[in-house]
Amino acid sequence: MSRIAISLTVNGEPTKVETEPREHLADLLRGRLMLTGTHIGCEHGVCGACTVEIDGAPARSCITHAGSCDGASVRTIEGFGDDVVMAALREAFSQEHALQCGYCTPGMLVAARDIVLRLPNADEARVREELAGNLCRCTGYRGIVRAVLSVLTARRSS
Amino acid sequence: MKPAAFSYVRPQSWSDALTLVASGARPGAGTQSLGPLLNLRLAQPDTIADLRHLPDYAGVAVSGNVLRIGAGTTHAAIEDGAVPGRTGEIMAGVARRIAYRPVRNRGTIGGSLAHADPAADWVAVLPALGGTAIALGPQGERRLPLAGFVTGIFETALATDELLRAVEVPVFPAGALWGHWKFCRKVGEFSKVTACVLSIPGAAPRAVLAALDGPPLVIDDASALLADTDAEAARIVSAFPGLSEWRRAVAQTALRHAVAAVRQS
Repeated sequence: MSRIAISLTVNGEPTKVETEPREHLADLLRGRLMLTGTHIGCEHGVCGACTVEIDGAPARSCITHAGSCDGASVRTIEGFGDDVVMAALREAFSQEHALQCGYCTPGMLVAARDIVLRLPNADEARVREELAGNLCRCTGYRGIVRAVLSVLTARRSS
Repeated sequence: MKPAAFSYVRPQSWSDALTLVASGARPGAGTQSLGPLLNLRLAQPDTIADLRHLPDYAGVAVSGNVLRIGAGTTHAAIEDGAVPGRTGEIMAGVARRIAYRPVRNRGTIGGSLAHADPAADWVAVLPALGGTAIALGPQGERRLPLAGFVTGIFETALATDELLRAVEVPVFPAGALWGHWKFCRKVGEFSKVTACVLSIPGAAPRAVLAALDGPPLVIDDASALLADTDAEAARIVSAFPGLSEWRRAVAQTALRHAVAAVRQS
C-alpha cells in the first residue's frame, strides 16, 4: 500500500510527515516524532493511556489512524508546558500520590484537564465516572480522584 | 495489534463517497468501533473512505415535528445538547453513558448505528425513539424505519452501495416518559443487556430489549409490560431461548428497571 504525506500541527508546530494510512496516531507520535510521553496500552480504545488532544478535545490516539489526522491539530502531554490547569494538576498529582509507575499518567492528565474545564462543578462520583476510561493499575484511583477534586475545589474558590 | 495495510481516501462530495462505497471501500467516520477492529485485524478493508468531511455530515436540523441528525454528529455533541427539547434530553442522557468522553468526542451516531454492534447504545435506543434512517444510494435517498434497521450482528438494512446520511427522530412533548437501563460491570464498557421504554401520553408505550447477541427486539405496544411488569418481562425474555440463566435474569431486571424509570420520570 502506498505511503501518504500528511500535514498536521503537533504541539503548535506545523509538521509534515510521510506515513502509511494504517499507522495510528500514537505510533506516529512516538515512533516518528519522538514524542514518547504518549503511552500505548491496550491499542483498542479501552485503557486511556494514549489519550491526547485532537482539535481541542481529548481522543484516543491508538484508534485514530494517521490518514484521518491530515489537517488536524494534536496536543500531546509534551504540549501543555504553559497551561495553568495542567500545571495545577501536575502539582496535585504529585501532592496526592496520584501516580506510581506513571504509565497511565499522561492520558490521565489529559482526561483530568478536560474534566476540570468541562465540568467545573463535578463531585467525586462524577469525577470517578469521567475517569472510568483511564485505567491505573498502581494507585487504586483514590489519589487520582483526590488530585482532580483538589484542583476543582481550588478553582471554585478562586 | 497493528492494522493490515489499507488505503485511505477522503471524499469531499456524497457522489464521490457513493462511488467509493460501490467499489468496495469501507465507510469510516470516528472509527471508534472500526479502529479497534482494524487493530485486531478482525476487519481488513482494502480502502477506508473517511466520511467526516462530507457536507452536512454532522449537525442537527429541526423541520416541523422531526429532528434530522446528521450521521456524523458525535456522541459528545449530543451529550452537550446539540439535539433540542425533550428528545434532546433523552438522547443526551444516553450519549453521556456511551463509552468514555475521549471516545464520544470522535464516535458518531450514524457510524455506531451502521456498524451495528448488538451491544451499541444507539442500536438499542433509536428503535425505541421510533424514527427513520435516511440512506443515500445511487438512486437518491431512501427512508428506512429505525425499528428494524439493524437486522443482525453487524448487519443492517442498508444496501451495499448505500450510506447512512442521517437519522430522523420525532420531537417529543415535554411529558414524554423515558426509561433506559443497561448492565455494565464497569462504567463505559459494552452493555451486556439494555432495555428502554418510551411512553408518550396518548400513545402506546414502546419498549426495546437489546444487546442480546442479535438485533434488538422492538415491542411496539408495551402496555402489558407496564401493566404486569414481572410476568411480561419473563415472557419477553423467554423469546431468547439461548440465553444463559444469569443473562436471562439480568434481561428481566433490565426491563423492570426501565419500566421503573418510566414511572419515575
